[in-house]
Amino acid sequence: MEKVNRASTSRKKKKYESPDSPTSVGWTRPYTVRLADENNPLLLDCGEKLAPIDVEYEIYGQMNEKKDNVILLLHALSGDAHAAGWDEKAEEMGRTWRIDRPGWWDSMIGPGKALDTNKYCIICSNVLGGCYGTTGPASINPKTGRAYGLDFPIVTVGDWVRLQERLISYLGIERLYAVVGGSLGGQQALEWSLAYPHRVERAIILASSARLSAQGLAFNVVARNSILNDKNFNNGNYYDGEFPAQGLAIARMLGHITYLSETSMREKFGRRYRENGSRPGFHLGVDFEVESYLQYQGQSFVARFDANSYLYITRAMDYYDAADWGDGDLEKACSRAQAKFLLVSFSSDWLYTPEQMKELAFALYRNRKSVTYVDIPSTYGHDAFLLEVDKLTPIISKFLKGGMDHGI
Amino acid sequence: MVYKVGEGIRWDHQVIFDLIPQGSSVLDLGCGNGELLKRLIEEKDVWGLGVDKNIAKVEGCIENGVPVLHADIDHGLHQFPDNFFDYVILEKTLQAVAKPLDLLDEMLRLGKSGIISFPNFGYKGVIESFVKTQRMPRTKALPYYWYNTPNIHLFTARDFLDLVEEKSIKIEEGMSWIRGEIKPFKEEESSEAEEILFVVSRK
Repeated sequence: MEKVNRASTSRKKKKYESPDSPTSVGWTRPYTVRLADENNPLLLDCGEKLAPIDVEYEIYGQMNEKKDNVILLLHALSGDAHAAGWDEKAEEMGRTWRIDRPGWWDSMIGPGKALDTNKYCIICSNVLGGCYGTTGPASINPKTGRAYGLDFPIVTVGDWVRLQERLISYLGIERLYAVVGGSLGGQQALEWSLAYPHRVERAIILASSARLSAQGLAFNVVARNSILNDKNFNNGNYYDGEFPAQGLAIARMLGHITYLSETSMREKFGRRYRENGSRPGFHLGVDFEVESYLQYQGQSFVARFDANSYLYITRAMDYYDAADWGDGDLEKACSRAQAKFLLVSFSSDWLYTPEQMKELAFALYRNRKSVTYVDIPSTYGHDAFLLEVDKLTPIISKFLKGGMDHGI
Repeated sequence: MVYKVGEGIRWDHQVIFDLIPQGSSVLDLGCGNGELLKRLIEEKDVWGLGVDKNIAKVEGCIENGVPVLHADIDHGLHQFPDNFFDYVILEKTLQAVAKPLDLLDEMLRLGKSGIISFPNFGYKGVIESFVKTQRMPRTKALPYYWYNTPNIHLFTARDFLDLVEEKSIKIEEGMSWIRGEIKPFKEEESSEAEEILFVVSRK
């Protein structure tokens, strides 16, 4: 443990907003609802019918009477429904990693922030196959009475969105003021705009694309292999025994490399050694700052994430291709869209590149859709959509106001 | 056609607004805060898109509810098909780009018509300022010093007419801004025009 603490202190100390700050959403709680049962299972893209399905979600801000001020926020690979504020049930539900930090987009959600809870009601739910309350591979398979493990069906971004649609309908919402997401969350926002074009007024898609690149697929393959080959993996049936921690940690380390840019790594760690700055320790343990960072990220991830979920979610990411709506033709697929789009890429993002986002922008433009594309200069790499709060806030809040005439 | 310039509205904005028909598709290259497009979208039901490389301007467009592409007009437009727009606007921009001829070509590829407005370097006020001060001329339309001007390819009305002939471009319409009034362009009085606007198309 000592090593881990060291690693964390070598990183820049993050300042979090306290729950009593006037711009924090404060204390939050997760809600759960059953959205599929034997009589009404969810038909998945793979052909299977899945039930029961429970969905965990959180809500910030007030829904107005007409329920037309709702923003659906979609989380990325390692995110969850806890997007903002402080989870009052963190301890009770054993989600101890939430005790000392707010939700994953806390800096963007709250009174007066980009997603302004004085105006909008923000909903965020966990994806199907994930590991935080929504049904996933760690849930009990009613057929066996045991955790699904790898018997859990392959799920897709399309399945996630169909399940989210059930949640939105359950909450009595006809039309979403906006769908918002970054990375894999951005792909869900895009999918929403294509699957339910008349129920989405605005789509905000950050650091994302219509499909993952071959390079991105390759990284996911390595990450999954690391989990699949962990000595504790046991074909996914590890819930009663040792957890495949090593494999998942390595997968996460690899992920983090793809989230940073060369510049941000150089600025953050350089070639600095952890112990005495400029001198090697002459051992094979953690010696460089960057090693320490990756090790910390890997280990802290293991404490909060299920290895099977990592397999399923990365697979959904691999399979997603918005062009499926147009028989492989992205331009044709985009003809379905009705929303106003805000597409944002970050100049140093090499996982979801500005070029890929531009490809999506032009596929929409060629259909004469209403699209704003912004490439934000940033050195943070893919992580920029979580970190460039000052640059994102005016763009997103202005876009949501939409020229004032039609905004809230 | 009678043109009137409203309070606080630029003369070329007003001319462009008046001449673009209802329901057209319009690309505004170097669109600034998108004020012109906002009017066209709201009042003339135009499908409009602005392009600007300045992120503060892009934010201005977003604030105005105008769709905008954050890109460099010199090399960010090739993904649009030919003839995709009814009108492509270059408002006081041609003289400020690195390769004006390439941009002119691109403009006439993207649009059925192009609208170009520019500060006329042949305006007598410019010439007088130059002769009198023996320094790079500064006027209302050209307020910069030599070292901070974005206008790296200044030209006169006649320069433009020469180019148009050479490149087989057709001038559909011309307007001059003369002593605070909009007048039909006449070559013989071009030295009176501080700014000029041409609507062009391919021959």
